[in-house]
Amino acid sequence: MEYMSKSLEEIHEALVSGKVTSKELVEESLKKSHELQDKCNAFVTILDDAKEKEVTDNILSGIPFGMKDNYSTKGILTTGSSNTLKDYVPFFDATSVINLNKAGAVMVTKTVMDEFGMGGTGTTGHTGVVRNPWDTSRMCAGSSSGSAASVAAGIYPYATGSDTGDSIRKPAAYCGIVGYKPTYGMISRYGLFPFASSLDHLGVLTRNVKDAAIVVDNMKGIDANDMTTWDSSNIHLADSINNDVKGKKLCYIKEICDINNYPNASKELKEHLENFNKTLELCKKLGMEVEEVSVDKTLLDAEPAVYVVISCAEATSNMSNLTGIIFGPRGEGDNYIDMMKDYRTKGFSPLIKRRFVIGSYVLQAENKDRYFHNAQRVRRLLVDAWKELFKKYDAVILPVGSGPAKHLDGSKDILDENTAVLEEHLQIGNFGGFPSITIPNGFVDGLPVGVNITGNCYDDINVLNIASSLEDSMEYKNQIAKEVR
Amino acid sequence: MGKYKALIGLEMHCEISKTNTKVFSSAANTFTDTPNSNIRPVDMAFPGTLPVVNKEAVRLSLMASMILGCKQPEYLYFERKNYYYPDLPKGYQITQETKPAPVGIYGEMKYELDGVEKTAKINNIHLEEDSASSDHYSRYSTLDYNRAGVPLLELVTEPCFHSADEAVAFLETVRCIYQYANISDADSKKGQVRCDVNVSIMEEDKDETNPANWGTKIEIKNVNSFSGVRDTINYEIERQIKAKEDGTYDDMAQQTRRWDEATMTTIFMRSKVDAIDYKYFVEPNIPKLKLSKEWLEQIRKEIPVLASERKAKYINEYGLTNYDATILVKEKPISDFYEDTIKLGADPKICSNWMTTNVLGYLNKNDLQISDIYLTPEYLYELISLVEKGEISSKQSKEVFTKVLEEKKKPSDIVKSLGMKQMSDESTLRPMIVSIIEEHLELIEEYRKGRNVFDFFVGQVMKQTRGQANPSLTAKIIKEEIDRR
Repeated sequence: MEYMSKSLEEIHEALVSGKVTSKELVEESLKKSHELQDKCNAFVTILDDAKEKEVTDNILSGIPFGMKDNYSTKGILTTGSSNTLKDYVPFFDATSVINLNKAGAVMVTKTVMDEFGMGGTGTTGHTGVVRNPWDTSRMCAGSSSGSAASVAAGIYPYATGSDTGDSIRKPAAYCGIVGYKPTYGMISRYGLFPFASSLDHLGVLTRNVKDAAIVVDNMKGIDANDMTTWDSSNIHLADSINNDVKGKKLCYIKEICDINNYPNASKELKEHLENFNKTLELCKKLGMEVEEVSVDKTLLDAEPAVYVVISCAEATSNMSNLTGIIFGPRGEGDNYIDMMKDYRTKGFSPLIKRRFVIGSYVLQAENKDRYFHNAQRVRRLLVDAWKELFKKYDAVILPVGSGPAKHLDGSKDILDENTAVLEEHLQIGNFGGFPSITIPNGFVDGLPVGVNITGNCYDDINVLNIASSLEDSMEYKNQIAKEVR
Repeated sequence: MGKYKALIGLEMHCEISKTNTKVFSSAANTFTDTPNSNIRPVDMAFPGTLPVVNKEAVRLSLMASMILGCKQPEYLYFERKNYYYPDLPKGYQITQETKPAPVGIYGEMKYELDGVEKTAKINNIHLEEDSASSDHYSRYSTLDYNRAGVPLLELVTEPCFHSADEAVAFLETVRCIYQYANISDADSKKGQVRCDVNVSIMEEDKDETNPANWGTKIEIKNVNSFSGVRDTINYEIERQIKAKEDGTYDDMAQQTRRWDEATMTTIFMRSKVDAIDYKYFVEPNIPKLKLSKEWLEQIRKEIPVLASERKAKYINEYGLTNYDATILVKEKPISDFYEDTIKLGADPKICSNWMTTNVLGYLNKNDLQISDIYLTPEYLYELISLVEKGEISSKQSKEVFTKVLEEKKKPSDIVKSLGMKQMSDESTLRPMIVSIIEEHLELIEEYRKGRNVFDFFVGQVMKQTRGQANPSLTAKIIKEEIDRR
């Protein structure tokens, strides 16, 4: 009997009733991890010495899970999938890791990501490319690539992720699972390797909405070590899911969803948008109101650039601590400058270096107002536009990406001009710190695609309820990746 | 200076030494000789660590801002100043810029030079973190992170001083304020105060309120004592005048130099074209903090009695001279010592004499701080009381004072060990005096003829008692005995 492909509640039930032990779950998970590693290269570390834990009232107790490799784990290698930290073993746990440990959760893997979260392909980690378990010639997207692949493959019911642009929500869509990032500051960022601090969110990848709520319930909480956290002790996500969505109002954005925006649309894109329209119909059947709204196209078109400018600027600064002097493999050189240069030149991948150059450029005194400050202004305008929508609507519903997972061989981290906004709009959820969840909503070309629901800050319960009721009305809940080709 | 006048601006960095912990870290804020003992992960910029603002450091810096006559902002922001240096583990310093406003902006402050009141113009005062300290050896360097993250107040003045004396008088006044307001010990010896100095010269008869008339600004970095500030300014003014006279002044670029203590000269570091672009941007990990009117009012009420108020009290209540009062309040530890001694019951005037002549004389001669010596207010009071009660003579008390400091014993023990008790016992003194007078009856005749014989008899008594006879009692008995004959 296999358990790792089941939901958290089912596994917990089996543990409590004695049908299975935590030890057996860990063994099953580790065995599957090794199998998946050969196929998809999802892990930086498989914790073969992971120990079972006592089963308590906490649903997570005794159950294995995966941890993205940018969560600091005390005594356990944590690399951020970068050569600059390839041997780094933190001496403290991230706050969210402490919280999961308290819940009795059993960490069995550290999952591969795009280097420091700075990528959306799962191809830039120092341990190599992560492959999609549905089709190993395709990518998982990123940066929570290993987490998405392993949850989709049924290695365990959940894995943690982090999301600066769409790093939880896009891999979830490409792998046919659920990806949820709660409101900014609900989960402490202390101990998470930073990418862009004002955009970085922690979250989780699961195979159903309730599991996502259960895990975040156990990760969240105000933290004296992170000034951007807030007290959510009166919010109980999982217990608040009741699928009561009658009368809820959703909107979708014409400039993003209308097929007429894409004169050269591929077959996949057409199917993807048709499938999205079917999901909208489902929402209506569930008693929700769905309306099309318009957002200034010029503003939307500026979005990808705004993200690049802000995220690269913050990343350049955030990663200035990586000098190889205090930690990391020390570089060679006659003086500290040469030592730092040697370490950083050898350690970072070309993609990251390019982003550092952009980040430095936009912050330079002569460019700062034109790029960085303008990006901050447009960020504010976009957030205001979404907040305006939230006055009238409970959530914004939009398709994720322009179709199913892209091929690895043709994959480059470059945008197709036409579909740029379609590919990148999830970043607005990071601009505003909005709660945002992706759930699978069908298949295109035999591969899973996803839909995203984003709500106003602190309105996580609403977002989860809408996602949960929609999930129940479709047949993709708890789906496990089946290799289609 | 002849036909030129100097314009001098100051940047005074002073560590806030009166908080329990560092400015963004929970490590202790105490001076220690054991390297790398006061550190938390954030002080060494381990990945994932986050800054948490120390409210007490903010309170103290706002208090400084108020005392210095600056304006306080509505919201508190922090900024990142990005640059690489081995003593800066994050690769950026968390500090404040003038826009958005720091803890204090645009103030005017009175200070005194040789009894003349002057006004200094303050551009801004901001709160930031100190860097680690480094020591350089011939083949390697060491880093000590104890200082990394210690709260630092940086005060920036307009170029409003015209001489080294003005600049130093201002710095001494600010140091005094920091000490009295319990913000900092402001101890240069512990490296708590460091200054950067800007010096330029201009034609004496031109209008200095018009920046177009100003000369080339030369910045001199890292001057670590007030005497160094004085030497630096005097040297630099002379150097610049010489350049004018050589005709090389116009070739001199705006530049940064450093003060070299060994050669007593300033040395070129870099010109303005090589100035570092610090790529400031708002620190995303610290949410903007609203400074409530109530809190600001509260802080204003908490400003302790400052030097000027103490000085007025010493003159008006204690009857001290302006000169003595000025000396006593110049450094808070001295003034505190004085007040503590008075609280024990010492006469303010007598105590003032002790402080200004003996105590300060000893400290200055031996280059010591009052906290370095064995004398306490209790011991000084004891010493003053011994004289007052007539147990030792005032001449003896000077010897006891020196012995207290040298032998580290309390005054009464010194008196006992030297057998120094003053002879105030009339039944012992009178027979001794009677016998001395009877041996020199011929002097009584002289006395009646108008000759002063008292000194002779007192001298004889002192000789016989080895100086221990109470002088006034001795004089009284001698007079009585002579008059009786």
